[in-house]
Amino acid sequence: MSKYLLELKGIDKSFPGVKALDGVDFQLKKGEIHAIMGENGAGKSTFIKVITGAHEPDKGEIFIHDTQVHFRTPKEAQRHSIAAIYQHGTIYPHLSITENIFIGHEDVMGPIKTIHWGMLHKKAKSLLKSLSCDLDPHTLVGGLTVAEHQIIEIAKAISQNAQILIMDEPTASLSRRECDELYKISEKLRDDGVSIIFISHRFEDMYRLATRVTVLRDGKYIGCYNVAEISNKDLISAMVGREINQIYPKRERKIGKEVFRVEGLRRIGYYENISFKVCRREILGFSGLVGAGRSEVMQSIFGIDQMDGGKLFLENKEIIVKSPLEAINLGIGLLPEDRQKQGLVLNWEIYKNITLSNLKQFIRHTILRPKKERLQAKVLGEKIAVKSPTVFEKASSLSGGNQQKVVICKLLNTDLKVLILDEPTKGVDVGAKSQIYDIMNDLANQGYGIIMISSDMPEVLGMCDRIITMREGKITGEFAGEEATQEKLLKASMNTIETEDKAS
Amino acid sequence: MSLKSGGAVTVQADSPVSAHRSLQNERSFSARRFILQWEWLLLLLFIVVNVINASISPNYLVFDNLMHAFMVFSDRAILVFPMMMIILMGDIDISIASTMALSAVVMGVSYNVGLPMIPAIVLALMVGTTCGLFNGVLLAKFKELSPIIVTLVGMILFRGIASIMLENRAAGDFPSWFRNLGWGYVGRVPIVFIFIIVQALVFGYMIHFTEFGRNLYAIGNNETAAKYSGVKTDKIRTIVFMTMGLFAAISGIFLASRMGSVRPSMALGYEMDVIAMVVLGGVSNLGGKGRLIGVVIATFIVGFLRFGLGIANVPSQVIMIIVGALLIVAVIIPNIKATLYGSKWHKTIIKKRKGN
Repeated sequence: MSKYLLELKGIDKSFPGVKALDGVDFQLKKGEIHAIMGENGAGKSTFIKVITGAHEPDKGEIFIHDTQVHFRTPKEAQRHSIAAIYQHGTIYPHLSITENIFIGHEDVMGPIKTIHWGMLHKKAKSLLKSLSCDLDPHTLVGGLTVAEHQIIEIAKAISQNAQILIMDEPTASLSRRECDELYKISEKLRDDGVSIIFISHRFEDMYRLATRVTVLRDGKYIGCYNVAEISNKDLISAMVGREINQIYPKRERKIGKEVFRVEGLRRIGYYENISFKVCRREILGFSGLVGAGRSEVMQSIFGIDQMDGGKLFLENKEIIVKSPLEAINLGIGLLPEDRQKQGLVLNWEIYKNITLSNLKQFIRHTILRPKKERLQAKVLGEKIAVKSPTVFEKASSLSGGNQQKVVICKLLNTDLKVLILDEPTKGVDVGAKSQIYDIMNDLANQGYGIIMISSDMPEVLGMCDRIITMREGKITGEFAGEEATQEKLLKASMNTIETEDKAS
Repeated sequence: MSLKSGGAVTVQADSPVSAHRSLQNERSFSARRFILQWEWLLLLLFIVVNVINASISPNYLVFDNLMHAFMVFSDRAILVFPMMMIILMGDIDISIASTMALSAVVMGVSYNVGLPMIPAIVLALMVGTTCGLFNGVLLAKFKELSPIIVTLVGMILFRGIASIMLENRAAGDFPSWFRNLGWGYVGRVPIVFIFIIVQALVFGYMIHFTEFGRNLYAIGNNETAAKYSGVKTDKIRTIVFMTMGLFAAISGIFLASRMGSVRPSMALGYEMDVIAMVVLGGVSNLGGKGRLIGVVIATFIVGFLRFGLGIANVPSQVIMIIVGALLIVAVIIPNIKATLYGSKWHKTIIKKRKGN
């Protein structure tokens, strides 16, 4: 018997246009708590999904107790006692705790598979007790806190005899006290012989719980370290330590006058006290982790969601934006984060997508002129090199990069002063990425004020004249493009305050 | 600031953007695209229905007879076009028959208590529009409500109010000129027919040639993207439902004119016929797909089919079964391709082809 409970060797996994995992190795001992860390997009979630059978790896081997296994579906992984708790859990709010714990593997009796509720409730009660939680198993789950949801998910995993428990960002939305509770439960499970793998952006979680940490970067395995032996600083440089590629165009423009400013924006529960400005011919970057509230701020500015307070100024005049139409008419455009759901009508031809946000200009005597629309689509599409034979092609038939270009064409078809780009290169391959960078640079040179949200740090550093970092709905730092480094940005984006003294 | 006035996007020579590609804005005529249109199938079905009708009753293909046949389903035809707008948005309205009844009953009752006929008609139109406003505002303000539930409430509520006003009685004794609205002719053409032709032209124009129509399709295909593109989705939804209510009232007035009286139970089950006509016409019930010409043909198919079978003394229950079967076929045919392509049968064919 080897000393490893679970071992993965040379795991490769590609998605169209992206290599998500590239030769990742991983070992898990019995009764160990193991952290996986890395930047956004480093491949942590994909890696977890390979272990749980949600993704089948293209290459590589998985061993459990030295026996090679293949997981084609999550069910097969479950049979090997692997259970996962995801960030956005699979909680059924209208069902009771007992039903949530035993859903899918209820104890049944007799030919018509009657569920023995009395027994299940008793079992649920004792499971909760073993996790030192005294909730009544009859309670509906909808009214409980996120922390309690997590305990229920853990109970669900234990009820399936999980030997390997995987947690994806378990502490992301927990309060300090709830975190302590979760730590205690995790330690108890460890002492009972359960092995735990967790992903976290919080250094504190790692130092408190994990004995070893595996670092991933750009889908590659960087190393596995003993937590006791690695300092905070070394860990950060292991996570980022990469050269910035020379795919970013040179910034040689003179930044102009202020074009857009926000003061004291807040929306309760999402973000607070957000103030910043952007100038003509400037690219302002918003860095931070996923869920830091950056998209929410931009959606409020664009009129999708309301805000609870704060002022917007466009060219020093106060403006009020109640709907996307008003924002567009004033000159603020948004490239949404999810281009398939928010940016495009996938069933539509390219030209109809491009003209949707400004149909007024193609109307004569109240009648739409499709010929003019197509001509305009051709002109804009050729300018930024949309790759497609005709403007009649359906948006759904284009690659990610070309879809994004179509959305950019849509923005350019309106008369804008400020462009807000939310993750403009998400899910776009490297070639199209550098084209999008060139387009952004050209637009900035023409005088647009550009705000870019990006979780890709090299991209922020390579493109932006100024960078603002956000964490948990607050602005935590502002850096000039030249003085910013990945370490500085990461430090400002992550919750490292508690751990600094420990590491030094 | 915008690029549309030829503002140059300058590009460095070595950047990949400079690999300029032309993007054609015209495309050549494709026979395949021309033939593969749902409307051809509908036209074929339309001819089949008429051939069968003509063989059953020798006098069928006479102009006056066709006009009479049309009159029988004209009240449904009035509802088809606004219903098409609603289904294009991916919504549905099952309250229309109740709106018809309520508007007509309000007209009848107010006339009987002494209001002149013209103001009574105007009042009916206002009631119908208000019913539509009720549905539209509820849907626009409470996003979690589904159209079928909101309009189910309307369906029960509106007819309920009509029943309270009239109980089981009928109201009527309308002036003689009012009867001409439903039965009258201009030359040899019924007034209703002219009304519906004009209506089809106006709706066709609105749906296919204006910004409003384009926005309907955008909402039906992807409401979120439409909203992000600055489409006023709530406003459009409210307007469309109000239009539906207005035309339900108009249809109710025509029906009252032809029946000579109004009662709370009038127009029962119309909503199902109207939805069937729209869906048969090729409008996807998921929204965002379909053309007015198809809906026009489908309206005539269902209308003439009912009329012809009625002449042949086929019991009305059997007619319902036939219309239902037609609808199932209409819903399934567009999906056959997709189902076949995903089937085991198709996969084995592909394997065989590769093997050869």
